[in-house]
Amino acid sequence: MIDGARYAIEATGLRKSFGETLVLDDVDLAVAQGTVFGLLGPNGAGKTTIVRILSTLIPADAGELRVAGHDLKRDPDGVRSAIGVTGQVAAVDELCTGADNLRLMADLNHLGRAVGRQRVSELLNAFELADAARRPVSTYSGGMRRRLDLAMTLVGSPRVIFLDEPTTGLDPRGRRTMWHAIRRLAADGITIFLTTQYLDEADQLADRVAVLDHGRVVAEGTPAELKRRIPGGHIRLEFDSDDALEAAAQALVNAAREQETLVLRVPSDGSTATLRRVLIMLDEVGVEAAQVSVNTPDLDDVFFAVTGHGTKQEVLAS
Amino acid sequence: MSALSYAVTDSTTMLRRNLRRLTRYPSLTLMLIGMPIVFLLLFVYVFGGQLGAGLSHQLNAGHTGRSRYLNYLTPGIMLMTVAAAVQGTAIVVAMDMTGGIIDRFRTMPIARASVLTGHVLASMIQTLLSIAVVLGVAIALGFRPAANAADWLGVLGVVLLFAFALIWLATALGLAAKSVETASNTPMFLTLLPFLGSGFVPASTMPVGLRQFATYQPFTPVTETLRALLTGTQVGDNATLAIAWCVGIALASYIWARHLYSHRGAR
Repeated sequence: MIDGARYAIEATGLRKSFGETLVLDDVDLAVAQGTVFGLLGPNGAGKTTIVRILSTLIPADAGELRVAGHDLKRDPDGVRSAIGVTGQVAAVDELCTGADNLRLMADLNHLGRAVGRQRVSELLNAFELADAARRPVSTYSGGMRRRLDLAMTLVGSPRVIFLDEPTTGLDPRGRRTMWHAIRRLAADGITIFLTTQYLDEADQLADRVAVLDHGRVVAEGTPAELKRRIPGGHIRLEFDSDDALEAAAQALVNAAREQETLVLRVPSDGSTATLRRVLIMLDEVGVEAAQVSVNTPDLDDVFFAVTGHGTKQEVLAS
Repeated sequence: MSALSYAVTDSTTMLRRNLRRLTRYPSLTLMLIGMPIVFLLLFVYVFGGQLGAGLSHQLNAGHTGRSRYLNYLTPGIMLMTVAAAVQGTAIVVAMDMTGGIIDRFRTMPIARASVLTGHVLASMIQTLLSIAVVLGVAIALGFRPAANAADWLGVLGVVLLFAFALIWLATALGLAAKSVETASNTPMFLTLLPFLGSGFVPASTMPVGLRQFATYQPFTPVTETLRALLTGTQVGDNATLAIAWCVGIALASYIWARHLYSHRGAR
């Protein structure tokens, strides 16, 4: 089933404990080449641990793991030559300039003088760092630091890139710039393994998403598949009188009623058949709705439905 | 390219990186060189007149108390310079290990050893430069070594070996430290050891317990070897002892550092 040529990342039965604490419990992942894979989960779910294992930083306790066709245990250097990693902590040299940092990467990738120079200036331009190239990184903003970090990851032309929460802590503009950069990489055919606690980020960027909770994958699929699979979608009917609401509620017995706002929520799978059925039933009792909207669940609903609890942000917000 | 030539290329790259960092962070080097110079001035000009008078037969004739003490003190100050310089090693190693950059290096197909090799080589260069500056100050103050060319070679050899040992020790301490602050403190005891040896006054003038410590701790044979080479007197057993200590410290520290480096980041 799993084919080494098709999948850039394959993990089967991945387990990891730190002391007594089981952090990853039998995780299976398969990331097709040239796709963006989003690993979604709240803080402490085990996302960073997966990245650290797949990028050869720490060993797994168990599991068959292959990255870019290389076995992680038997050929870690093979893996290293194919990957690039941008972690949560900016992996840049604060004391040196942006250009110094990129040149260091060129040297460590054995690019040679001429090729290295060219690659450095390409990346400085691509990531809008050319003006700041000769300034020490300690003077950079958070967004510039992340961009430099990603640029350093790209010096060696990796085929698989791990991005561990690439936009955490960035302002909305910095986030957009980063998303744009990630989309450009995906368009170049690079496989991207992305972790995030932002549901909209996974929704925006990823071809496939796995939801990780307490070290287990609790859901996996395309963002659309996940949304379809999860109940939570509904048709929202708004009425302009108590009488109309009352009549409609009698006809649509499974609807949830919100008296103050004169709203009924009818569970739906988002299909036209369901919508038609609801409208026909309204017609039969002779009630007109003032407004109708079809709401598909967003990944927040997905998360809530598959884990039974909200994301951390939700908990804090409530 | 073969694995060995990659190891050499990568180590050279890392050495260049660390030297560049030193030039970008000159205040650290200046502070570390400043410390032994302050002690040199303090001990020569404040205490030197009195201390030199007590050193009657220690050194060749023709020197007054103060310049006689300067001749006695300089080898101890040279070791203090090494001890101060390696604090910088611990700091820059800890800066690397506690920042994100080490994880980047570890996910790249580079020779594993090159990270530490780069630090050690850069620190060797930094330490030698510091010694040269401090020795220059001592000579400006009136230090007149009686060493011949062979003795100077011996001095260079002892300094290199001693620096190599302490740099590996500081590298291990930097790796073991959880923060840069800790790393800047843990090697500090090294700068005290010249005092608790024969760096500033002969161990024979100390009370019994301290004298025993002073006689048998590693800085003392190294100080005595340097002093003998610089003043052109008999080195005796001290050289063997000094070399044994240096090799022992270097080896133990290297093993400790390598262990810390490869078992790092289990979390």
